[in-house]
Amino acid sequence: MIKIENVRKSFGQLEVLKGIDLTVEKGEVLTIIGGSGSGKSTLLTCINGLEPIDAGRITVDGTVVHDKSTDLNKLRRKLGIVFQQFNAFPHLTVLENVMLAPRKVLKQSRAEAEAMAIKQLGHVGLGDKVDVYPSRLSGGQQQRMAIARALAMSPGYMLFDEVTSALDPQLVGEVLDTLRLLASEGMTMICVTHEMKFAREVSDRVAFFHKGVMAEIAPPEKLFGAPEDPELQKFLAATH
Amino acid sequence: MFDTALSAHDLLFLAKGAGVTLLVTAISVAFGTILGILCGVFRFQVGPYWASPVTFILDIFRSIPLLIQLVLANAFLGMVLKLRMSGFTIACGVLTLYTAAYCAEIVRGSIGSVPGTTRRAGRSLGMTWFQDMRYIVLPLATRVALPSWIGLALGVMKDSALVYVVQVTELLKSTQILITRLQEPLFLLMICGAFYFLISFPIARFGGYLEKRWSND
Ligand SMILES: Nc1ncnc2c1ncn2[C@@H]1O[C@H](COP(=O)(O)OP(=O)(O)O)[C@@H](O)[C@H]1O
Ligand SMILES: [Mg+2]
Repeated sequence: MIKIENVRKSFGQLEVLKGIDLTVEKGEVLTIIGGSGSGKSTLLTCINGLEPIDAGRITVDGTVVHDKSTDLNKLRRKLGIVFQQFNAFPHLTVLENVMLAPRKVLKQSRAEAEAMAIKQLGHVGLGDKVDVYPSRLSGGQQQRMAIARALAMSPGYMLFDEVTSALDPQLVGEVLDTLRLLASEGMTMICVTHEMKFAREVSDRVAFFHKGVMAEIAPPEKLFGAPEDPELQKFLAATH
Repeated sequence: MFDTALSAHDLLFLAKGAGVTLLVTAISVAFGTILGILCGVFRFQVGPYWASPVTFILDIFRSIPLLIQLVLANAFLGMVLKLRMSGFTIACGVLTLYTAAYCAEIVRGSIGSVPGTTRRAGRSLGMTWFQDMRYIVLPLATRVALPSWIGLALGVMKDSALVYVVQVTELLKSTQILITRLQEPLFLLMICGAFYFLISFPIARFGGYLEKRWSND
């Protein structure tokens, strides 16, 4: 369970998260929508401790993320995260990209890491690309590789930050299909996305962020069907 | 044309000078690179403000002509500190710092060339700072740094000709000694140049080989 309690975060003078309260249960798929600059990415990087917070508390399976005694490197094994930018390690083949962290962080044997990597690459539909370098992959394939790389750590949670936003339109579908597959398998996921149709289909709940505030959170039928927050109504009208 | 008084013994004398050049260069580039990596990583890691004392010292070594550094180091160590150091040691010491100063700059720049988002992806997988450095930053930064570093190594090799001022008889000084005796400057300088080429060429080719090997990705 990821529990976010009254989290506040500023960059200099700019308050980016203004007291966020949110709990994500095991097995839940939560999507976050909202305008650019509303603090969605910042929240995800706070959850895995890449960013410090100014107030409040985030706990992951009972571990307080920003506690001084927390081993963040250990905590991050539980939290897979995939970003908008393609973050392939360009000097490693696809297989090596996926094997690196299991080998070095989890200290798996080569055989063990390789078996897991091949399984995860097959899972995201890259079974035939294991030996190529990432520069030979399309953007969609690179994002799927990044998903496989995160899955190879056997995380309990997956965080996705606009993973389709940098893709050509014709490549968006293949990545969303991978996310749908994960959701159908019961993975606990937080997806920041601009794909409203996708959000409507896969989510258990959808949260709308506006200027650092979670303005509304509801099941998709409710949030899209009968939005209450006036900013959300405007946002939805603009994206349709 | 090559009706020369140069004997096999003289040629050996030149080869010995070339050996000294190679040795001074190898020692200075090896230690200078290690020191340069440490300073470069430090400068990148702590940021410009906290690194400014180190940056200032390195800038001194980069901006004062090597010849002056050698003469001053020699005078300072010998006359002020009253240390009995061989010219060879002083030459290696000064050239090491000179190499480190340039190398730190190369290292800092090439670490900076590794995208922050790539490093963040590594850390997000649970890698420690050191693992990120070792498995992601080092290989990527090395590819960026290599051409400049090869240039630096070759430059130090040629600049090492100046260590004659601390009484080290390297290749160029050996050549000058023979020129004084044999009065055949053009011929001897050609041979001297050929020796320099023989030393540089493998280094340059090795760099080219590595660049090619790494270009698959
Ligand atoms: N590292 C940073 N330093 C300063 N400002 C930042 C930083 N990261 C994000 N911001 C600012 O915080 C605000 C929220 O950013 P972000 O969380 O990326 O929004 P979103 O993902 O919803 O588009 C933006 O105004 C952005 O410019
Ligand atoms: Mg964002």
